[in-house]
Amino acid sequence: MQKTAVVASGRDILNIMKMKEPSRRNLLSLGAGLAALTGCSTSKQETPTLLGTPPSKYGARSPHETAVRLVPAESKTPSTGASRTPLQDTYGIITPSSLHFERHHAGVPDIDPAKHELLLHGLVEQPLVYTLADLKRFPAVSQIHFVECSGNGRSEYTGNLGPDPQQSHGLASCSEWTGVPVKLLLAEAKLKPAAKWVIAEGGDACRLTRSIPVAKLLDDAMIVYGQNGGPIRPEQGYPMRLLLPGWEGNTNIKWLRRLNVADAPAMTTHETAFYTDLMPDGKARQFSFELEAKSVITRPAGGQKMPGGAGTYEITGLAWSGRGKIQRVEISVDDGKSWKDADLQLAGFTKAFTRFRMPWSWDGSPAALQSRATDETGYLQPTEDEMLAARGRNYGYHNNQIKVWYVRADGSVSHVAQGA
Amino acid sequence: MSRRALSIFIAAGFSVAVFGQQARVGRPATEDQIKALDITVFPDGRGLPAGSGTAAKGKDIFKSKCAVCHNDHAEGRTGQYPALVGGIGTLNTPKPVKTVGSYWPYATTVFDYVRRAMPYDQPGTLQPDEIYSVVGFILNANGIVGENDEINATTLPKVKMPNRDGFVPDARPDIKAKR
Repeated sequence: MQKTAVVASGRDILNIMKMKEPSRRNLLSLGAGLAALTGCSTSKQETPTLLGTPPSKYGARSPHETAVRLVPAESKTPSTGASRTPLQDTYGIITPSSLHFERHHAGVPDIDPAKHELLLHGLVEQPLVYTLADLKRFPAVSQIHFVECSGNGRSEYTGNLGPDPQQSHGLASCSEWTGVPVKLLLAEAKLKPAAKWVIAEGGDACRLTRSIPVAKLLDDAMIVYGQNGGPIRPEQGYPMRLLLPGWEGNTNIKWLRRLNVADAPAMTTHETAFYTDLMPDGKARQFSFELEAKSVITRPAGGQKMPGGAGTYEITGLAWSGRGKIQRVEISVDDGKSWKDADLQLAGFTKAFTRFRMPWSWDGSPAALQSRATDETGYLQPTEDEMLAARGRNYGYHNNQIKVWYVRADGSVSHVAQGA
Repeated sequence: MSRRALSIFIAAGFSVAVFGQQARVGRPATEDQIKALDITVFPDGRGLPAGSGTAAKGKDIFKSKCAVCHNDHAEGRTGQYPALVGGIGTLNTPKPVKTVGSYWPYATTVFDYVRRAMPYDQPGTLQPDEIYSVVGFILNANGIVGENDEINATTLPKVKMPNRDGFVPDARPDIKAKR
């Protein structure tokens, strides 16, 4: 119950004082009001005395909420860049569409859906063209999936640790996506026997292109036009994007305009020069599509402060895997010496964020918080040392190492150990 | 049957059950429609257009269209724009330098990328002859082709890039973390 429900405002008290014979109800109200004035109640909430605003056509969040995407510092080529999701300010597993991370290589195009077409051609019996309206004639499928840039956490790998979850892990977001399975389109066009790859091309200024194995498109790939109940945002590929659940972000071609079925990959810039990982011997790993199990504690986390000193807190965060469901998340508060299982919430979705939580009784002394995820394949998220031992320092993309947050005695939380 | 399997079953049955074998949602694409959009270039040269160029002819085009970012000799500009030359032999050192010359495995990719994405602020504006010449200029700057070598749909796929054999397939999961 809200204390303020019985608290009289200053104006009520004035009104009562003007009355010759205050009613019993008003006296009660006066008593509560005086209690408030004398400090017996700490609530600052006011009883509404003015009408609120009428209904509106398109809602906006409270002006008191200020979480925003982190956009890059000034750049000479601002249309190639990324913005990061404030993971520490999200609840549950869905990222608000307006806070979904962005990575563009040539800016966000302004596409009129009435003029946009998707061409499906190449090694098919019948090349076909689809409009957005055409796609909506297929039975719609809705799925909750994360999308993550394979460069998410890249700076962690080079020792440049992100000071908060947004900067360390904010190139990942999770949405409910609605669209049509790609296999329905491929069934209409009828693949020729030699079909092995599909070259997917976007309608942005650089016509970003990736080669995708046909097997993925016949599995769980979708062409989506809906995001969290509304149309997908321009930043996410409006009016239609490819969604390859669990695969590195840039393969989920936005503003999708062409699917060219082929017998071989095109070896495009973004699958050779970029998004490939150098190993110590100078060879580079290529076509590293799946994103491996990852997790990050979003509270308490870097940039935050434990609000009330020693006492009971909740440790919470997000875990995900491109190979399926999250099976287990463990939390350590002693820098990895001991681990306890966290409670999982909304863990039933494959290739989606899972929320994890654990109550923590903080004794007020410095602590190092870590989380590690295990997915349904049994794969366990590795430490930084394990990553470096296997891949060396020239690796960069596809980094899923464990993230550590350091709680100081004064309650502040940092990305670096005290004295480091 | 799981919910997922059921939804696939329903979805797969849709086109046959509702529209019949002949009906479909997509409209047939014409050859002209495909030709207008298809800019895919494959490593074996499929998709390369008619036309030709040389590094010598590309020098001035590069200077007027590309050098504002990549500098006159394709050496890049510090802190902002990538170098397109140099770095050969650095990939297995603590400071690898990835450029067209040191890292890109296929010369056809250079053509494909310039055609679809460059110049950065005016993508898609260069004509095939200009693109062949610019590609020739970049390859020549890396010592891969001669200044007057003809670059066209036949010769470009035959160019052997220094890092042609530098790529291996994804080997993950490669880490067995200790619990």
